[in-house]
This record gives sequence, structure tokens and C-alpha cells, in this order.
Amino acid sequence: MELNSKIPAGPLAEKWTNYKFERKLVTPANRRKYDIIVVGTGLAGGAAAATLGEQGYNVKAFTFHDSPRRAHSIAAQGGINAAKNYKGDGDSVQRLFYDTVKGGDFRSREANVYRLAEESVRIIDQMTAQGVPFAREYGGLLDNRSFGGAQVSRTFYARGQTGQQLLLGVYSQLARQIGLGNVELHNRTELIDVVVVDGKAAGIVVRDLLTGEISSHSAHAVVLATGGYSNSFFLSTNAMACNVTAAWRAHRKGAAFANPCYTQIHPTCIPQSDDFQSKLTLMSESLRNDGRIWCPKSPDETRSPELIPEEDRDYYLERRYPSFGNLAPRDIASRAAKIVVDEGKGVGPLKNGVYLDFAEAIGRLGEDTIRERYGNLFEMYERITNESPYKMPMRIYPAVHYTMGGLWVDYELMTTVPGLYAAGEANFSDHGANRLGASALMQGLADGYFVLPNTISNYLAPQLGTTPVPTDHPEFQAAEATAKARFDGYLAIGGTRSPDSFHQELGKIMWDYCGMERTKTGLEKALSEIPALHEEFRKNLRVTGSGETTNQTLEKAARVDDFFELAQVMCLDALTREESCGGHFRAEHQTGEGEAERDDEHFAHVAAWEWTGNASAPNRHTEPLTFENIHLAVRSYK
Amino acid sequence: MSTELNLTLKIWRQAGPDAPGAFDTIAAPGINDEMSFLEMLDVVNERLINDGKEAVVFDHDCREGICGTCSLMIDGQAHGPQKGTATCQLHMRKFADGQEITIEPWRATAFPVVKDLMVDRSAFDRIIESGGYITAETGGASDANLTPIPKPVADAAMDAAACIGCGACVAACPNSAANLFTAAKVSHLNLLPQGQAERYSRVEAMVDTMEDFFGSCTNHGECQEACPKEISIDFIAMMNKDYLKSKFKNRKTLSRN
Repeated sequence: MELNSKIPAGPLAEKWTNYKFERKLVTPANRRKYDIIVVGTGLAGGAAAATLGEQGYNVKAFTFHDSPRRAHSIAAQGGINAAKNYKGDGDSVQRLFYDTVKGGDFRSREANVYRLAEESVRIIDQMTAQGVPFAREYGGLLDNRSFGGAQVSRTFYARGQTGQQLLLGVYSQLARQIGLGNVELHNRTELIDVVVVDGKAAGIVVRDLLTGEISSHSAHAVVLATGGYSNSFFLSTNAMACNVTAAWRAHRKGAAFANPCYTQIHPTCIPQSDDFQSKLTLMSESLRNDGRIWCPKSPDETRSPELIPEEDRDYYLERRYPSFGNLAPRDIASRAAKIVVDEGKGVGPLKNGVYLDFAEAIGRLGEDTIRERYGNLFEMYERITNESPYKMPMRIYPAVHYTMGGLWVDYELMTTVPGLYAAGEANFSDHGANRLGASALMQGLADGYFVLPNTISNYLAPQLGTTPVPTDHPEFQAAEATAKARFDGYLAIGGTRSPDSFHQELGKIMWDYCGMERTKTGLEKALSEIPALHEEFRKNLRVTGSGETTNQTLEKAARVDDFFELAQVMCLDALTREESCGGHFRAEHQTGEGEAERDDEHFAHVAAWEWTGNASAPNRHTEPLTFENIHLAVRSYK
Repeated sequence: MSTELNLTLKIWRQAGPDAPGAFDTIAAPGINDEMSFLEMLDVVNERLINDGKEAVVFDHDCREGICGTCSLMIDGQAHGPQKGTATCQLHMRKFADGQEITIEPWRATAFPVVKDLMVDRSAFDRIIESGGYITAETGGASDANLTPIPKPVADAAMDAAACIGCGACVAACPNSAANLFTAAKVSHLNLLPQGQAERYSRVEAMVDTMEDFFGSCTNHGECQEACPKEISIDFIAMMNKDYLKSKFKNRKTLSRN
């Protein structure tokens, strides 16, 4: 397998400009001769479908939701980064680029990240023009706040619901194109296979979630913008339906899967309250602008938090990382919380959290200001826990939140299958081993609005005059037959355990051995337990109901089946990456102070896995990462 | 600390859009009151599967009250008894031991039942497609700070834009009107300077499309009470004002052609 990143030549700051000039174009009058499939209608997919529709291509958009406006991008709370430097505090494209590469622990491509930083500026303009009601100051100009891993204020936000407002903006543009007939929308339709003919992406096989009908769609190019795979852990902050199936099915058809072990554990989520819990709820990173994180100094502390005097509290982030303090990046803040909880200093009924305390900020700014900034987050917290953060510190604990790994893509966002693209969280491209807060929205929108619509013509232009592979081609027929047999198979097993019960057990293995801290022994244990559990799944699964009508149990079974295979490559990736970097922390590789210890000599590369037909034995390939503009350094936030 | 509830659920079951529906009484003992309402349904479904029965179909996704996928009439109230709260954020501590809870899908002609508790809300998408956008094609935007927007205006637009498109307003309305949804969408864009160019064509198209699917508003105000984002019916007044004006303004534009 060849991993050609196709990074354009030239100085870093000119690569993207030069690329855009040198790429092949499709003239406006010819664009209607091309069909493009876009799967997923979140920020990346919705923006790509809308923009390609505007440009004049025939776009077919697919979502498994009832409406494109439901994608999980909607749940992002805190904000979106952009190097606007409206605050005049020293921000620049160069600085956003540097912060992102450093934040990713030097495991991302310089050229991709620089392009992301460049486009960040245009995203804010674009979204404002579409009517996204970003927060403003009294003078009417845009407001900013700070996020982890940055020493400037560059995060734009719309209350605590930035993702919602951005997605509604994208959705409105997509809806406009649907209304104009440029985009054909297929809702409640799930991708169940990718079809490759003569080595190129030819189309997809989908299942109608209302009728169970399986059908094929072909096009000149296919874009997957289908999100991340945090739900392989069962408990995560991802929405319930988020899954890896689209990316995984592409992987099985030849798309390499890059850095699957890079998962982000977000430090500020509401701790689990019991075993029945179906998902975890994030509390925005923006809260760390004003909240102070602490735990009791003594594991035997029993007092209520407001009664614990200052001298008995450990503000451990401020103590360990004085220059970034409570705004240390996510991986660092998460691990620090794990350390104190493992030492028995956890708080709450299950001693599984730490405090995020607003008392000092309320004293300094008044309750009204805090309400203005975080009111809806405080209300959400209170609804879930029955405790008011105005009176009691929040209890928080890290939870799986985002996956930096994903389908390997080159500079053009094309996977190792020609004509198959991956955008947004579904690809691995920009965040390295750790994503900074407020950068996911930025990447999804950059990919969808500004990158893909520029790169896809380079692939399409030479195909002028060709028609998509017809869907009665034997490859489509075979893929449909295989998919049908797979779904019939789940129904026919007739075992005793529900898909959820397997998912929960798989998630526990992943959290225990491939979670915040990984060890060789643990990962090897996971790698023996997962195939065994998958085998039991194949023999003992129970799916009730039929395949000819809405059946959420059946949908879940297919997704869990794919998680089983993905989980193995996640563990293998974690096992073979013998270093600690970003969200990947191997206990064997840490400094005396417990900080992550990278091994640039042996691991300054992307690991891209190739499907071999055996989920336990994929092939590992590497793409070396070269740093010409940034000096590789120990990442310090002290 | 948590306590256990023993509940009786009366759940609407309907095999498909054209099939007859009926209430199914399901005992739900041993429900931890720390659970969310949907986690309670997860537990019920897990038990149904263990008994070899088909799980209850219901729409849900983010479980954080933001995606607007979840729905449910709970004891006749859209999203249940807690004000300003979507079903996914409702917790079982709001219910009492021994309680019988009736769970139905949204009831509105424009939202036909798909199966059990799941309905088809795509009529909302048709309203947006007709004009719920600002025409701003990718690439041509000017600097975001070029047009200052007074904070109160941006805040009011944001109040309207908070709508999650769940459909509770329609379900709660005795007329199955979608005026609160449509007004929220219209007002969000019509308040902003960027939305002025299409202000009157937008409101006319969206209201007219709305009326193709939904009933008429008679100012009951139930929508505002049911809205999980507590969106104000003042926006309906704003929409009506713009709609009325549009009938003159749009005609004037036409006469010039």
C-alpha cells in the first residue's frame, strides 16, 4: 500500500495557494455532468454537499437521521477557533498553526494544519454571512474567549451552543440547495457498504431505515463525512447513533485507517452515576475560563466542598501547570484528573470526579455575569445531577469525546481508494495525537466548505465524458447480496443477548485497557478478549423484530459488529506505538514527573492500517512526518 | 441518594404508518430515579428483547437536549412535566413510585407516525427549504466584523435560533400549528442585518409553505409552554408583522417587473 500524502512543494505559507492554482478545474457548464455522493450531513458533509451543489455538481446527500440538522456536530458547545486576531493579543495564522501542531503533540502534518489555520479566518466570515448569531460585544463586534492550549483569545462562540448554530447555518445552505434541486437528500438512509470497481470508488450500498430496503447509488466520487468512533467505548459523549460503520466499510474495501488509537478523553464531563447509564454528558471546556479545578488533599476528606478550607484543597492543574493552569490541554487535564481520582481523592458519591468550582468567579464577577456566560450549561448540569453549580462546585470526570484517528487521507482529503474522500472527524488529518478545544468545528467546516470543493475537481476533471458505473454492475450486486445476508444473519442467530449488552461489554474492555492509560499487558489482554467476545456475538446475538420495518435493534447490531473489528485495530495501534503522545498514554513511556514521553526517533510517523480480511491481523504502514517549520520539542504547559 | 421506582407504562405501539395502533401496558419495576427518561426506556427495551419481544421504537440521539431528535408525549405533555426540558434531559426523579405513565408519539397530521413512538417531521425541512436561509454562497463573504450587530439584536436572534426543531410546539398545539417553529426560524434571520435582503420573500415563502402542512395559530400559547428551549411567542407576532408587510412589499416588487 502506497501512502503518498501529495503535499505540494514550496514554502509552507504558499502551498495551499499554489495548489489551488495548479489543480485541474471543471468548468461551470461541465459540472452538471458529474455525480457526487456525500455521506453524512454534519458540518463537513453538509458544507461539502451544499458547496458542491452551489458549484453546479449533481449531489446526492445521505443521512441516517430524520433531518440533516441532527448530526452530532450540533452538540459542540464551546466554540470555534479562528486566527482573526480581533483581540489584538498576538494571534496569527502562524500561531494557530503552531498551537495546533504542538497541541497535537507533533503528530500531524505541517501542511494540512497550516491550511486549516489559513482557512479558519474565512470560516468565521462565511458563517457570519449565513446568519450564525455569534456572541457580540456591546459595540456590535464579535466576542472571543479562550480555550485550552492557547494563550490568546481566538474562540468564537454562540452561547454554549456553538455547534448547533454552525450546523444550523450549514443545514440552511444545504436546505437551500435541496430546494433548488441541486442536492438530492436521502434521509433515514444508512451506508452499509462502499463499492470499488477497477480500483476506484464507484458508489455505495445503503439501507432504508424505515423499510429495510437495500439499494445502490453510484457516482464519480464519494465523500464520507460520517464522524468519529468514540462510541466504540460504549460510554462517550457522542450521540447514541454515532458509529464507525461507514468508515469501517470503506476500510474493508481498501481505505487505510490511520492512527486509530488516538482518542480524546475530554476532562470535563459529568461523572457516571450508575451502570444503566447510556451516555456521558460533556460540560464545555469554556467553563475552564472561569472555573477552577480541584480535589481534596486528603483521600479521607468527607466534608461538603464549601466547608473544605483552601489549605485542604489541591488546585492540581494550577499547581502543576502554572502558565496554562486550568486551561491546560485536554489530554493533560484528563490524565491529571485520573491521577488524583486513582489516588482516592475523587469526590461525589462514587468518588469518581473532581470539582470544577465557580465560587471564586462568582465572587469576582457576580452571579449575573456567570449566568450570562454559562447559564445554559449550568442548567443542563442541574437537570442531570439535581445540584446547582451556583451553590455547589460541579463534579466532573474525563470521558471519551473525540477520535483524532480516522480514515487516512492525502492533502486532497482522498483516502487510499481513488475517488473516495473523507472529511471532518471521519479522517485523521489535522489534529495529530490530541485535538485542541474548538478545533473540531473549525476542521469540519474547513474540510467541507474550503478544502474538498477545491480538491475534488482535480480528480473529476480527467473523467469528463465518463458515466458512473451502473448500479447493476456485478460489484454492486455482490455488495448488495453480501449486505442482505449480513442483516438476515443478525436476525437469524436467535441467541440470548441484545446488541447493547455486547456493546457495553466491549466498551468496558476498551475503557479499561485502551482508555486514558494503556499498558502492553492490558492491550494484549484486550486483544485476546475482544475476538472472543466477537465470536460470542456471532453465535449468541439476539435481534427481535424483522428486517422489513424500522428496527433499531437490528441497526445497532450491525454497528456493534463493526465496532468489534475496529476495537482490535485500535488496540493493535496502541500496542505498536511504543511511546506516549497526546491522547495516547502508554504507562511504560513517561517521564519521572508522569508526563507523556514521546519517541520522535521511532514514532514521528502516521500509522496507517490496511485491511487484510482478518480483523486480528491488519498490516501496518507508516507515513513519516517531517517538521520543517516547527522545531520538535517536548510539549510543555508548565 | 438514588431510590427505586416501580412504574407502569402505557406505551403507544403501532407497527407502521398505515397499521392500527394501540396502547401496550408494560410493567417497569426497579427503575433507578437517577436515570434519564430515555435510559428508563432503554432498560425497558433491554427487558423486552430478553423476553423475545420487539423493542419500542423511539427517536433519540444526542441525549443532551440539543439535537431535537427526541420527542414523546408524556402523560399528555410534550417532553413531559419539566418546563424547558427535552425528554432526553428529563430524569426519573420527577416521577413517583407506583406511577402510571402514558407515552405517546407526537400527535399531528403533519407528523405521521412511522412506527411506535417515531414520527416523520420532514414537513419542517420543507419549510426551511422554501426560504429558511440567507443566500450566502461559499467564498464570497466579507470580513465578519465589517457589519457590527448591536448586542441586543444578536441576542434576540440567538434566542430565536435556539430552536432545536423537535416539534413539541406542533404536538402541544390544539390546532397542530407550526407557527412557533416557523417564527423562530424566520425571526432568527430577519433580525440580522445579513438577513435583510431576503426578509420579505423569506417570510412569505416560509409561512405559505407552513400552511401547506400545518394548522393555523389561534394564540393558545401552548407551544411556548411546551418548548424545551422556552422560545417566546413574541416571535410569532414578529413573523406575522413581517408576513403582513410582505404581502404589500412583494407585490410592489412584482409590479416593477
